[in-house]
Amino acid sequence: MEIKDRIKEGLSGKIIHWEEKTVRRIYFSVKPEDIYEVVRFLFKDLSLRFSTASGVDTVQGLEILYHFSFDQTGEMFSVRVLIKDKLNPEIQSITPLFPGAEWIEREIWEMLGIKFRGHPNLKRLLLADEWPEGKYPLRRE
Amino acid sequence: MSHKVIVPIGPYHPLQEEPEFFQLYVEGEKVVDIDIIIGYNHRGIEKLSESKHFDQVAFLVERICGICSSSHPYAYVLAVENILGGEHLVVPERALYIRTITNELERIHSHLLWLGLAGHFIGYNTVWMWAWKYREPILDMFEMITGNRNNYAMFKVGGVRRDIRDEDINILKKILDELVPAVDMFKGAVMDDPVIQARLKDVGVLTKQQVIDWCVVGPTARASGLNIDVRRDDPYGAYDRVNWNVIVEKDGDIFAKTVVRILELYECVGIIRQCLDKMPKGSIDADIKDISPGEGIGRVEAPRGECFHYIKSDGTNRPVRHKIRAPSFMNVASDKVSAVGGTISDATLTLAAVDPCYCCTERVAVINKSDNKQILNGWDLIKLSQEKTNKIKESLLK
Repeated sequence: MEIKDRIKEGLSGKIIHWEEKTVRRIYFSVKPEDIYEVVRFLFKDLSLRFSTASGVDTVQGLEILYHFSFDQTGEMFSVRVLIKDKLNPEIQSITPLFPGAEWIEREIWEMLGIKFRGHPNLKRLLLADEWPEGKYPLRRE
Repeated sequence: MSHKVIVPIGPYHPLQEEPEFFQLYVEGEKVVDIDIIIGYNHRGIEKLSESKHFDQVAFLVERICGICSSSHPYAYVLAVENILGGEHLVVPERALYIRTITNELERIHSHLLWLGLAGHFIGYNTVWMWAWKYREPILDMFEMITGNRNNYAMFKVGGVRRDIRDEDINILKKILDELVPAVDMFKGAVMDDPVIQARLKDVGVLTKQQVIDWCVVGPTARASGLNIDVRRDDPYGAYDRVNWNVIVEKDGDIFAKTVVRILELYECVGIIRQCLDKMPKGSIDADIKDISPGEGIGRVEAPRGECFHYIKSDGTNRPVRHKIRAPSFMNVASDKVSAVGGTISDATLTLAAVDPCYCCTERVAVINKSDNKQILNGWDLIKLSQEKTNKIKESLLK
């Protein structure tokens, strides 16, 4: 069975929107509260490699894309979540699943102000110590 | 009673391109824990990129790293071309080959640079001098092709900026021919030398499971048996049009990482030769005017691993969001497992084995925790490493 179908089957009910933009680039949306379970399924059960995550401030809310690579076919699966609460954005941390996500979650936290619940070491990664609290460089407001 | 000492490494050096700060916790000779602090060189390039138009961003990302100044712009233009449908659909065939040649030359010069420094750290200064000597003609090739030894300004959305002249091709091939005996020599020097084997084998080991958990990429991952390479898995440029092999080793120690890099040099030479032969005539630029709204991902196998760029466009002439993830972002974090448990004389080498910026290690200082007095500086630590090699050499001679 193709990896696309295995993902669709394993995450049935969780996928809100599925889009294959170009060859080997697939984007799908899930609810923020499902992210831990979705990442666990992709990383642990299907052995996808976590490439990175990227956050962006949009009109609807704060959006995070978790990019996973399936290296046997070169397909890139980007899981999209939208956090609508801009005043107090929070999402479950995926670092307890695998340590490779630690730095990128710290980066998103300091750049966009999204708090990762359950992150073992949520402190600044790139910004200077003198940077004021509560100012997020990649927010658009 | 063991006496715990903190060894700070970094963060600044005039030669460094990426300052990093390592804090080693040491008991006697043994490294028991490590803190990695980065961000000293955070220049806000992702934010800056949002204020540049699509043509300018290529020049901006080229300056992220002095060594990967082909991988970053390449990954960026791939991301933009991904919005337009994909590189192979929009870019002329000849440009694909020129892009591939630039990308492989970069790998050769980066691997030779690493080899030289690794040699220096273990006290093989001849390896250092020779590796860098053979790197010079590669930079000359860059100058012939792109006009620059560094920051090549080659990549643009839809093609490349300069063509390779037909009369240069034979000279380029001759330089490559001269490189192969040098790589043979390095291969012999590393693989057959009992001292190097004693210094590098079973040192700084990363197991395959650790590589997966820490999401490590590039030669560091391939040395631990993880068979990944973006050039083959998600082909871009002309990599699917030429024959070459992905080098994978099993042991995960520094020796395996060295072997992977040395053997990759042969593959690079092979790829460039085939590209020079097969390169078709024709245009080198698709002359793209507008970038449609959308989002795209571009990834390139940089000398250190997968280099990832994500671009979101809203139809204007500037990106809305530009996410950049360099391979060292994943690889450096894995020092947390590879350096712990080793000895302090191996630490410089282990930290350098993932091929981060090396100059950081020259700023090493050992500080006694109780009175904060500096007892060893960076040069002392390299000397410590070199003395260990000398001791092994002497014991082998007896």
